[in-house]
Amino acid sequence: MSKSILLSSAFHALIIILTIVSLPFVAKKPLDLPPLISVELIQISEKTNIPFAPKAKKIIEKIKEEEKKLVSEQAPPKKIKKIKPEAIPMPDQKVEKIKQVDDKQNPEVEDTKVKQVSEFEKKEIFDPTNIAALIDKSKENLAETDVKSNKITQSQDKSLNNVGLTLSEEDALKAQIFGCWSIPLGLPYNENLMVRIKLKLKPDGTIIDSEILDHARMNKPGQNFYKVLAESALRAIQLCQPLRVPSTGYERWKDLQLNFDAREMLEG
Amino acid sequence: MRKILLFILFFLFNVSKAYSLIEVDITRGNLNPLPIAVSPLFSDSDTKQELKNETNISKLGEKISEVVENNLRRTGLFNPLEKNAFLQNPDVAHLKPRFEDWKLIKAQALITGQVKFVDEKLRVEFRLWDVLAAKELMALAFTTVPENWRRVGHIISDKIYERLTGEKGYFDTRIIYVAEQGPKTKRIKKLAIMDQDSVNTKYLTLGNELVLTPRFNPTNQMVTYLSYFKNLPRVYLLDIETGIQEVVGDFPGMTFAPRFSPDGKKIIMSFAKDGNSDIYTMNLENRIVNRITNHPSIDTSPSYSPDGKFITFNSDRSGFQQIYVMKSDGSNVKRISFGKGLYGTPVWSPRGDLIAFTKLHKGKFYIGVMRTDGSGERLLTENYYQEAPSWSPNGRVLIFYRETKSNSEGKGFSAKLWSIDLTGYNERQVPTETDGSDPSWSSLLSN
Repeated sequence: MSKSILLSSAFHALIIILTIVSLPFVAKKPLDLPPLISVELIQISEKTNIPFAPKAKKIIEKIKEEEKKLVSEQAPPKKIKKIKPEAIPMPDQKVEKIKQVDDKQNPEVEDTKVKQVSEFEKKEIFDPTNIAALIDKSKENLAETDVKSNKITQSQDKSLNNVGLTLSEEDALKAQIFGCWSIPLGLPYNENLMVRIKLKLKPDGTIIDSEILDHARMNKPGQNFYKVLAESALRAIQLCQPLRVPSTGYERWKDLQLNFDAREMLEG
Repeated sequence: MRKILLFILFFLFNVSKAYSLIEVDITRGNLNPLPIAVSPLFSDSDTKQELKNETNISKLGEKISEVVENNLRRTGLFNPLEKNAFLQNPDVAHLKPRFEDWKLIKAQALITGQVKFVDEKLRVEFRLWDVLAAKELMALAFTTVPENWRRVGHIISDKIYERLTGEKGYFDTRIIYVAEQGPKTKRIKKLAIMDQDSVNTKYLTLGNELVLTPRFNPTNQMVTYLSYFKNLPRVYLLDIETGIQEVVGDFPGMTFAPRFSPDGKKIIMSFAKDGNSDIYTMNLENRIVNRITNHPSIDTSPSYSPDGKFITFNSDRSGFQQIYVMKSDGSNVKRISFGKGLYGTPVWSPRGDLIAFTKLHKGKFYIGVMRTDGSGERLLTENYYQEAPSWSPNGRVLIFYRETKSNSEGKGFSAKLWSIDLTGYNERQVPTETDGSDPSWSSLLSN
């Protein structure tokens, strides 16, 4: 008996110790309070009541003078003779081109290499024997740009993932459904009859699945109005599809909830 | 242990950052009537012949579907589609509609049905389909004597209306009114009754005596009305089913607008005693008269709330005729109309949420509705002279009468029945054989 009490108390103690040790907020650190700063309260008037500070005035004047000096001493922009480049530099030939400029006056070595100097000349030097290589290169370039653009949208998506639809996106969707939803006018305006429908959408806005969130309420006795409203909302969605959804950010809106509430309209 | 706790904390933080479902609130829609296809009720050739022998109508199924179609169209909430556009035959559609075909013609709901003649009785079955959801919403069958085919059409209309709007219909009902004939100065007024679609008109009085303000009992087919006998106003009770009529009582002075209580056991009215018009009730079982208001002003046109706990009436106690609400014992009188002009003939909606009234402002008459506390006043229609609104049993439509101005020669005067729904857009004349005034709508006959 006493052994079991001992064991129990030992286990309890162990659990308590473990809890205390493992909870980081239990270990209290001394608060690192900043030193107290005394603040003098002064009355605000139209003119300052701080006494004239000659030292401060001197410093201000000195700064002003220095600024003036800086303006007056600034030399006029140096006239540099513009060297007109012979051709539009190609990004691949950057280093070579600089060399060419240096050696332009007295070329020691005659360059026999065919150079691309402009976009217009580029066409002229088109090598028909090397089409395959060109095609491959263009493919590579395309792929590169595609990857880049994809990267941008994905990052945009990520940043938008936790954001709802923008106002214009929401308005477009609302306007579309307004046109499709024939409100059953016999419903009472003073009852809570909001129908919540969860949709699973395809990227083009067509509906994969629609689910009434309070489905059980539809079949309850005395809930005829709710049933009628829910059915009218489902009809509206069917009639409207494909829904006018944003062209990007599918992850954001692939699951969408529409709350149909006719009270505002019924109240008149 | 610490690691486990850290893991739990990390997990909890991540949960709070989880993706949240986007919600869009749809608070507006359109008020366009619902496109509905009413496929004619089909019957085989033997049935057609048998029904023709019984009713002298060769295409009874089509006639019933016409009744349904017209009822739905008159509500303003449905748009029955042109039958020529239907792609599927009625018999096949009744078994299994090709929803794609009905979607093509923009139908959102479809009614199909079949008529049979079984054991000397007419059997009508119908189905209501949701075209967009591609499912059956309702299927019912009725059996009755063949002469009752119009009522079957009305009952089907009521069922469809209820299933698609959520509120009860008002098609299997009658309207009682004062049929008027002759010049304005020498009008012959008879009590007349007809189906709500202006068919089967019957005259209940001969026109020897002036009849006024017939009102239906909300629980049965009894009517109370006012008639002058030897220039004295008398309140009558008339049983529509049996034709039996009885005098409730002779009342002194001017007596106005007797109306039933919601349970049908009392009549509430106003009459002048010692020159002062107040509101009284009469128990129909023991004929005991009970005074409800006692005020030197003129109190008239009382109407009970559907639960019988309140009464609305009009009174000039504020100096001008306005609408008031009080408890049914006459206590706690509150004025509810505060707009410009004079307000009269308040009638409590069977739904209990609105009070209909007539308003006179700057020489124009308006029919309007307001909430029972006087808020949300809406004027539905305006005209030279119109009054006496009466609610349809579902509280959606008001029927009233409208008079036209007679010219300098005294010609051109007419009184016609009109109806308007609560949206104010669906205003229609209710055709009557003669001129008509003071209409009152019955409760559903099939209740």
